[in-house]
Amino acid sequence: MGLSARIVAVPGLWLALDIIVCVKYVPDVSSTELKVDSSGRDIERRGLNYDINEWDDYALEAALMLRDKHGGSVTAVSIGGEEADRVLRRCLAKGADKAVRIGDTRLNVNDPFTVAKVLSAAARKMSFDLILTGVQANDDGYAITGPAIAQHLNLPHATLAKKIEIVDGRVIVNRELEGGVEEIVELDMPAVITVQSGIVELRYVSVLGIRMAMRREIKVMSLDDLGLSSEEVGEPWIRVEELYAPRVERRVEFVGGSPEEVATKIVELLKRRGLL
Amino acid sequence: MGEVVVLAEQRGGEVREITLEALAAGRKLADKMGLNLAALVLGSVVEKLAEQLSEYCDTVLLTEDERLAQYNSENYQRVISHIVRERSPRVLVMGHTSLGIDLAPRLAVELGFPLITDCIDVEFLDGRLYATRQMYGGKLNARVSAREADGYILTVRPGSFHPSKAAGKGVVVRLAPPELGGEARKRVKGLVAPTESGVSIESADIIVAIGRGIGEKTNIPLAEELAKLLGGVVACSRPIVDKGWLPPDRQVGSSGKTVKPKLYMALGISGAFQHIMGMMNSQLIIAVNKDPNAPIFNIAHYGVVDDLFKIIPALIKKIKEIKGMK
Repeated sequence: MGLSARIVAVPGLWLALDIIVCVKYVPDVSSTELKVDSSGRDIERRGLNYDINEWDDYALEAALMLRDKHGGSVTAVSIGGEEADRVLRRCLAKGADKAVRIGDTRLNVNDPFTVAKVLSAAARKMSFDLILTGVQANDDGYAITGPAIAQHLNLPHATLAKKIEIVDGRVIVNRELEGGVEEIVELDMPAVITVQSGIVELRYVSVLGIRMAMRREIKVMSLDDLGLSSEEVGEPWIRVEELYAPRVERRVEFVGGSPEEVATKIVELLKRRGLL
Repeated sequence: MGEVVVLAEQRGGEVREITLEALAAGRKLADKMGLNLAALVLGSVVEKLAEQLSEYCDTVLLTEDERLAQYNSENYQRVISHIVRERSPRVLVMGHTSLGIDLAPRLAVELGFPLITDCIDVEFLDGRLYATRQMYGGKLNARVSAREADGYILTVRPGSFHPSKAAGKGVVVRLAPPELGGEARKRVKGLVAPTESGVSIESADIIVAIGRGIGEKTNIPLAEELAKLLGGVVACSRPIVDKGWLPPDRQVGSSGKTVKPKLYMALGISGAFQHIMGMMNSQLIIAVNKDPNAPIFNIAHYGVVDDLFKIIPALIKKIKEIKGMK
C-alpha cells in the first residue's frame, strides 16, 4: 500500500487541527453575596475576583486534547481590556499556542450579538478548522454566542458537546439533551462547537506555567484591524435595563446558633419527622 | 398577518410540557399585542400533535416532511426562516431546551431578530419587548429589553409559565416545506441513553446532596458518613460530576435525575435553577450554605447560614450520640 492510500485510510494520523477557542473573563460569584451598583444595571464589581468562564475553560481543555492527539494549534481569543490578559495568560499557561485579545473601548461586551459579530470577524482573519467556546457564561448565561458565530460564518455547528472526536476529517459530537440522553451529530469542518461543562477533566495550571506565560505575547487587535466600523457594533440587540434581587416568597426557617446548637435543632427536627 | 408563533417540541410522538408553557408565554404576549397565537409543528407524521396543540392556540401551523422526522438544526432553520419570511410573525417563542439553545441564536442572526434567552417572564410595553431572566447563577434577576425590530425571538425557561387551554379550538393550517435539498453539513446519527452505575438516588428516602461548597474530593467521605448515619445516599449537583468526583447517575437536576425523597439535605449547593428542577418536590429540604442569598434558600424549608465543615461534623457527632455510638 502506498503512502497516499494509507493517508486516505487513516487520515486522523496526519490531520492537523487549527482550533480557535473563544474565552470570556467573568467575576467569580459562586460564594459571594452580590450587590447591584448605583446604575441599577450592573453588579458592584469592586472586590470581585475574575477568572475564565467555567464553560470556556472546558472548551479550552477539549481543544488542547484534540490538538495533542491530532497536531495543530490552539488560539485563545477574548474580548476586553487589559484585564482579559490574565485569562489569556492562563490559557497560554495551560498549553494554548497563541492568544489574541480584541481590545476596543467602543465595544459593548454585554451584548452577545455584538460579541458574536466581533469574534466571527476575528475568526475570518485566521485560518481554522474548529471554533470552540463554552455553551454559556457564568455571569449572563445567555448561551447565544457560539451558534451566532456559526451563523455569521455560515458554518455548521453543534451545541452542548459532551464528547468531540475527529473521524475521517469530520467531527463527531455527542450533544447533551435533557435527562442525560445524548445525541450524536456529525459535522463537516470547519465547524463551530459549544462545549458543555464536564466534557473532560480540567488540568491545573502550575505557578511556573503562569510565570512562563507572563513573557508570552498577546496579540491585541482593534475594530479597525477586524475591518469593523463602530456603527456595525454600535447598538446592542439586547440590554439589561434593571438588575435586582429576586423577589421571592421564602418559606425557609433559618436555624441559627453555634454548630452544636444547630445540630441539636436539626436532629430534633428529624426525630419529630420520623427520619431518625 | 400578526402572529406570535410558538415552536412545538415533541418526544416520542408526544407534545413536550415546555411547548405548552411556551404557548402560555406566547398567549400573554399575543393578548397584549392584539395578535393571534400559533403553534408551529414540524415533523414527519405529526397530525396527532397538531390536533393536541389546537386546544392551546388559535392556529396550528403544520409542516410535514420526512426530513423533519428528527431534529436537525439545518433543516429546522431552513423551514422556520422560510415560514417567518412568508408570515412575518412579530414574535417567535421556543423552549430554552437543548433544541432552543441550538436553534434560536442562528435564527436570530439570520433574520435580524433580537433574541432573549431563558426567560421567566415576558412583557410588551410601549411598543417594546422586555423579558425577565436570571443572571449570576440565579442570584439576581435582570429585566432585559430588545432593540426595536420587525420580529423577536424568545426562549422560555422550563417550569416558568402555566399552560392553559384556549377558549376555542385552533384551526390547523398546512404549510408546504421549502426546498430542503442542498448539501447537509450536519448529520444526526442517533441517540444514546444515559449509563447507570449502581446506586439509585431516585428510590432513596434520604439524600445528602453536595455541591461546589464541598471544596475538594477528599471531603466527600464526610458527606458519606452523614448519609450513612441517616440511612441515606449521597447525591450531588452538576459541578461535582463535571469534576469527575461522583458518577453521572448521582447528579440531581434537569440534566440528571429528578428526586422526591422524604429528606433532601443540600450541603454547599447554591441552588442553580437546573438543580432546583430536580429536587424541588422533596418533602423536607434542609440547606446549608454560607451565602444567605443563595437561591437554594428560596426552596428550602429549613436553612443554615454557616460553613458546612462546621455543621456536618457537629451533626455527625450529635447523631452518633443519640444512637449511642461513640
